[in-house]
Amino acid sequence: MNVNFSPEELVFQDEVRAFFAEEYPQDILEGRRKSMLASRDIYIRGQQALHTKGWAGINWPVEYGGTGWSVTQKYIFFNEFAAADCPTIIPFGLGMVGPVIYTYGTEEQKEKFLPDILSSSVWWCQGYSEPGAGSDLASLKTRADLDGDEYVINGTKTWTTLAQHADWIFILARTNSDVARKQEGISFLLVKMDAPGITVTPIYTLDGDHEINQVFFDNVRIPADQLIGEEGKGWTYGKFLLTHERANIAGVALSKQRLRKLKKKLASYEQQGQAPADVESFRRKMAEVEIQLSALEYTELRTLASVSTGKAPGPESSILKIKGTEMQQAIDNLFFELSAYGALPNLRAQYEAGYDGDIVDDDGSSLTALRYFNFRKASIYGGSNEIQKNIIAKAVLRI
Amino acid sequence: MDFSLSDEQAMLKESVVQYIDKSYGFEQRMQVVASSAPYSAEKWAEFADLGWLSLPFSTDDDGFDGGAVELMLIMQELGRGLVIEPYLAAVVLAGGCIKRSGNVALRKLLLPAIMSGESVPALAYAERGSRYTLNHVGVTAVADGEDFVINGEKFVVLNGGTADQIVLSARTSGATTDDDGITLFCVCADVAGIERQGFVTVDGAHAANITFDNVRIGKADAVSEIGLGLGILEAAILDATLAVSAEAVGIMEALTTKTIEYTRNRQQFGVPLSSFQALQHRMVDMFMELEQSRSLLLRAAIMLDEDSPDAAAAVASLKYYVGTAGRKLGEEAVQLHGGMGVSNEVDIAHLFKRITVIDTLFGNSDYQLHRYIQSS
Ligand SMILES: Cc1cc2nc3c(=O)[nH]c(=O)nc-3n(C[C@H](O)[C@H](O)[C@H](O)COP(=O)(O)OP(=O)(O)OC[C@H]3O[C@@H](n4cnc5c(N)ncnc54)[C@H](O)[C@@H]3O)c2cc1C
Repeated sequence: MNVNFSPEELVFQDEVRAFFAEEYPQDILEGRRKSMLASRDIYIRGQQALHTKGWAGINWPVEYGGTGWSVTQKYIFFNEFAAADCPTIIPFGLGMVGPVIYTYGTEEQKEKFLPDILSSSVWWCQGYSEPGAGSDLASLKTRADLDGDEYVINGTKTWTTLAQHADWIFILARTNSDVARKQEGISFLLVKMDAPGITVTPIYTLDGDHEINQVFFDNVRIPADQLIGEEGKGWTYGKFLLTHERANIAGVALSKQRLRKLKKKLASYEQQGQAPADVESFRRKMAEVEIQLSALEYTELRTLASVSTGKAPGPESSILKIKGTEMQQAIDNLFFELSAYGALPNLRAQYEAGYDGDIVDDDGSSLTALRYFNFRKASIYGGSNEIQKNIIAKAVLRI
Repeated sequence: MDFSLSDEQAMLKESVVQYIDKSYGFEQRMQVVASSAPYSAEKWAEFADLGWLSLPFSTDDDGFDGGAVELMLIMQELGRGLVIEPYLAAVVLAGGCIKRSGNVALRKLLLPAIMSGESVPALAYAERGSRYTLNHVGVTAVADGEDFVINGEKFVVLNGGTADQIVLSARTSGATTDDDGITLFCVCADVAGIERQGFVTVDGAHAANITFDNVRIGKADAVSEIGLGLGILEAAILDATLAVSAEAVGIMEALTTKTIEYTRNRQQFGVPLSSFQALQHRMVDMFMELEQSRSLLLRAAIMLDEDSPDAAAAVASLKYYVGTAGRKLGEEAVQLHGGMGVSNEVDIAHLFKRITVIDTLFGNSDYQLHRYIQSS
């Protein structure tokens, strides 16, 4: 056992650092450092810069254009990625539907979809949840009925993240209702968002952001070859994807970066005589988060190491989801507490691209409450933390 | 020992409960929040008619002489109803300073207008960098003949954007964090040299940063004696801390009731969410924290009314408790609502936002615990 990087890995680290310092669009990084909110364009340009370097398919096999990186390389990459303040990679294409397509898709589907996913020229969204089917996803009601060589889709998906930007959506829909278990008879389908009969309506989250949507399907017709794998086996593919989603959800590198920023903010407040009255108690809370993060980092590395020996990320990845989101939320809370009254003004507009009004808040404090509010979602989405505990109880502990 | 309300108190409570249940709907509130108006002038006039705006003022000033228990009763309901009108800012904070003023002429001038709803003032005490410390006053008031000239900035003044009168703490002598040398003044918001940068706060209310650039006011506008304003400010903030804690308890009550109701009605896996024991225990915890908070609230209100020497510590312990337990309860309510909990159209999200903001007002849990330790 050892935790040192090899000489080759150190060279790789330098290469990644140099890439973010020189080749990656610097305006994006500068914007993120000033807390600017990312737009569709910024996400896409960021991902395309990675693609140009050949680094978009981080977890993808080499044969499909992936990096083929080792666990250590990915670890190095994500740390540098976060330390450089890169906007997150939108997971729906690169992290979710891409792996489903290269694992279960036909050769034609791979050829048709994978290059656009890799180059981020197509934006995907995820249509799983429905108003009546959240935690109990298998009770979903959206139907896809075969009619000649087309499926006709009817129903509604909800909480769909960034569907307003999406060109394509992947959905789980019921193709057969006459089944013994409700997990059967569900299919995994790819749908173009401009198909007639699709309407997208915004849902505003509690921080006022437009990040999620409801998507309605009214007799939407799609070619039958947009079915993935076998009809009625969608639950298997959907679950495969969900464990991928969970593994990426911990966000340790990003949390470490945010903790560094929190410490900087505290230091600058101390310098200005603006630290909390009981600064030791605040430091204690930061230390507690840091210790949890150290543990989580190793838990994640252990999980990744076992994946690299050929195992798929198992139900243990639920630990990463629960602990990872708890840490994200704990850090959000500390930013909020440190900002005191500065957290109260809602000055979101000031941080949006193109703003040219007065600057009322100069250190990002006014985004801290909004971020804390918004990230309550993290323990709800991707399978809520309660559901993750059910999974651990059943599938890991066999209770 | 007697925890029952007097007849007057019971009537007050009943009338606020009725009003909130019948005349203060969430949809209407959200229309006001979505509009450019900071609050509903119509509702404010109703509050005046109901006598709520006169509640904490002495009978000498033609008020109703309400104490901490009355304030507790009204604020709990305003919390439960998520009332957006600036009762705290105008009546409890600004009014709370003015009512303690020895400047009779000023009281006679300002209080009737507050009680009739005509004047809706604000209290400007916080500054960039003051955090929650009341004696941190960098705004200066320099004597010049019979006048004072005020310079500096006040930060996140609740209702500061539209208030007609601004009560402010200013330094007439000493260093930035001295206890002595702080004077409270009341200025008309439209005098030359006042600039207000208004904004909406994260809970949908309105506030402003206010800069004073050579604002000239007369000695007659001093609310406190020159250099001795801290005591009045502390007393008003103590009342206000009790008031927002009571508001938080009302919010906790609403969050608990609504969460229980939601989990009873929402079905997943073919059963109501409320049938899962893991969730039942979480709701039991919410309920227990609500009851514990209620107890500390009652205790602090009684001690304030009795002028107990331990009243300040009791209020600090209360605010610490509702800050910690209340925020946790808010997070739990959101979590148990799933996606619904984070969507802006449901009341849960707004109750949660308000209780989070309350933790910050007048010092968050950490700060209150620190004060509690220091005072005991
Ligand atoms: C911001 C956001 C973005 C999202 N993006 C997407 C997206 O892009 N695509 C998509 O398909 N979905 C998305 N979702 C939906 C998300 O996956 C669901 O919200 C989640 O699965 C929970 O479902 P629900 O909201 O219906 O809550 P419910 O299932 O009604 O759950 C409510 C509460 O009950 C708890 N609970 C439920 N069942 C049990 C049980 N058996 N035991 C114990 N507790 C239980 C839950 O944990 C939760 O706390 C998003 C959600 C949010 C909030």
